Amino acid sequence: MPELLKEYLPVAIFMAVAAGIGLALMASAIIIAMRKPDPEKLSAYECGFAPFDDARMKFDIRFYLVSILFIIFDLEVAFLFPWAISLGDIGVYGFWSMIIFLAILTIGFIYEWRKGALEWD
Amino acid sequence: MTLATLFFYLFSAVMLASAVMVISSRNPVHSVLFLILAFFNAAGLFILLGAEFLAMILVVVYVGAVAVLFLFVVMMLDIDFAELRQGMLNYLPVGATIGLILMVELVLVVAGWSISPDLLKTVTSPAPSVTDMTNTEALGRILYTKYIYYFQAAGLILLVSMIGAIVLTLRHKPNVKRQNVSDQVARGPATAIEIRDVKPGQGI
Amino acid sequence: MTEILIAVGLVVLQSVALLVSLLIVIAFLLLADRKVWAAVQMRRGPNVVGPWGLFQSFADLLKFVFKEVVIPDGANKGVFMIAPLVTCILALSAWAVIPLDEGWVIADINVGILFLFAISSLGVYGVIMGGWASNSKYPFLAALRSAAQMVSYEVSIGFVIITVLLCAGSLNLSEIVLSQKLGLGTSLGLPNSFLDWYWLPLLPMFVVFFVSALAETNRPPFDLVEAESELVAGFMVEYSSTPYLLFMLGEYVAITTMCAMTAILFMGGWLPPIDIPPFSWIPGIVWFLIKLCFVFFMFAMVKAIVPRYRYDQLMRLGWKVFLPLSLLWVVVTAGALVAFGWVPK
Repeated sequence: MPELLKEYLPVAIFMAVAAGIGLALMASAIIIAMRKPDPEKLSAYECGFAPFDDARMKFDIRFYLVSILFIIFDLEVAFLFPWAISLGDIGVYGFWSMIIFLAILTIGFIYEWRKGALEWD
Repeated sequence: MTLATLFFYLFSAVMLASAVMVISSRNPVHSVLFLILAFFNAAGLFILLGAEFLAMILVVVYVGAVAVLFLFVVMMLDIDFAELRQGMLNYLPVGATIGLILMVELVLVVAGWSISPDLLKTVTSPAPSVTDMTNTEALGRILYTKYIYYFQAAGLILLVSMIGAIVLTLRHKPNVKRQNVSDQVARGPATAIEIRDVKPGQGI
Repeated sequence: MTEILIAVGLVVLQSVALLVSLLIVIAFLLLADRKVWAAVQMRRGPNVVGPWGLFQSFADLLKFVFKEVVIPDGANKGVFMIAPLVTCILALSAWAVIPLDEGWVIADINVGILFLFAISSLGVYGVIMGGWASNSKYPFLAALRSAAQMVSYEVSIGFVIITVLLCAGSLNLSEIVLSQKLGLGTSLGLPNSFLDWYWLPLLPMFVVFFVSALAETNRPPFDLVEAESELVAGFMVEYSSTPYLLFMLGEYVAITTMCAMTAILFMGGWLPPIDIPPFSWIPGIVWFLIKLCFVFFMFAMVKAIVPRYRYDQLMRLGWKVFLPLSLLWVVVTAGALVAFGWVPK
């Protein structure tokens, strides 16, 4: 087995043990605790009367915009990771290469700020 | 080593099964959740290949960001997918034909592809061994210098997508009262209150 | 074959030991949280079960186990039950890569910090799945809110991590800690001390990281997910018994992970505050635990004394203050390192 995989086997084992603990906790109540369901208990939590329709409704497009912007910045962070740890090898050239990349994205950031995409109302 | 092989079959099997579930489950939210499971197993396969950086980035970007957007879209659109599926049988022949053509083309491409025998000589910098250097570092050494144009092109694509997303989705609601923090902080007794001497029996 | 089995068995034993001790530590941290909160409000807090209420968390565990599991009629049963499991298991698995002392780590992977970043970005799924599967208005609204909130602060956490990586030159958590042995203090001729740790040169990023960690774990003042006056209990409204316990546990494990990350990235992990006797005689894990508890105490104090943010203010802070500030600091740090030739090899 390659050296690298030896380091990842413990991660898999650890996750399996964690999953075991989680499942055991969850199963304990299902096994031990009594269950006496009735329609009132099983209805959705509401103020007063039963809900008219499905709780899942259309919501503001703003949430959608936030998550698109997040993807873009997340990718930016992903590009920064290898750069941050190899800066010693790539030197000044690599540094300016990243500065140009960040400058391009800063243009986008300024645009969205001016357009008011970062406002929440 | 058998253990690595075992994990390979485990990840591949779960990934294929969840990929099938993505297109066949009735509820679109379940589809996205199965897609996330498929991403996880793909990350596991990357680790088996020794590409640990790619595995983590796959989880961070695809599961942590892209799939959240998918979930939002699926939760937001409120489409009745059962209704969409009504005409599925009518469109099946057309879809199957297109799929078949694509597959034939792919097979032609793969069959017609020949790897030059002296390719190994032309590769100037083969991937370094994992023991010499972590693959994050190996990536960092070439991505920002040797492949600088591709890297900057990626930046431009991100810029375009950022602007595109704003142009397509940004709608301002009218009559919204926004908070202006600097105005609030700058407000003092001099601008906020006014002292009047009100005589008895008279208004202001 | 037998030696592999022995190695695997050893890892299983280590994992169980770490997880059990982690859960016990968290039981007491939970009590400490409530006690601190009570003390600030001049109350006594839990004080009935055991001396000074020390066994309160264990009594709570028993209570949860004996409660009825209620699954609402309209809920998607599968997703409803998986959501708390996902929250809890993901939060726990972060501890596989956290070094408690030199060499005291389950898996010393090369990309440890990326693993933690990935796990923390997955924390949003438990909330979205739980909120959506409940099929009830309050949880659904809470799920939307929290998804946008956690996602917004994820970005600044990413940039803050980059500034630390620039100084450390490695993605491995143990190496990040060891790189804090030398720093500002030693360059002035002092012995290895707390002045070498990254909190000092990266002080603004330390503050940004701490506040973002609060928002990322949905702690007050950013607990809009469960803002009890508006959304009752947010995405957990429909949960009861151990599924609720798993959400709660996952939340506290995530908080502890964030405390450990703060200790590792900015406060020198297991390194003693001054590397001279008698401080250097105390084992590293004790220092690590002290630092972890200190950061947790700050979390608890913030919960007790800061009022809740409004949603637009929260978004403004994340996108208009922290994001540009941390991005700028990445450029400043890298520029300084390159200009003075301090980049680690």
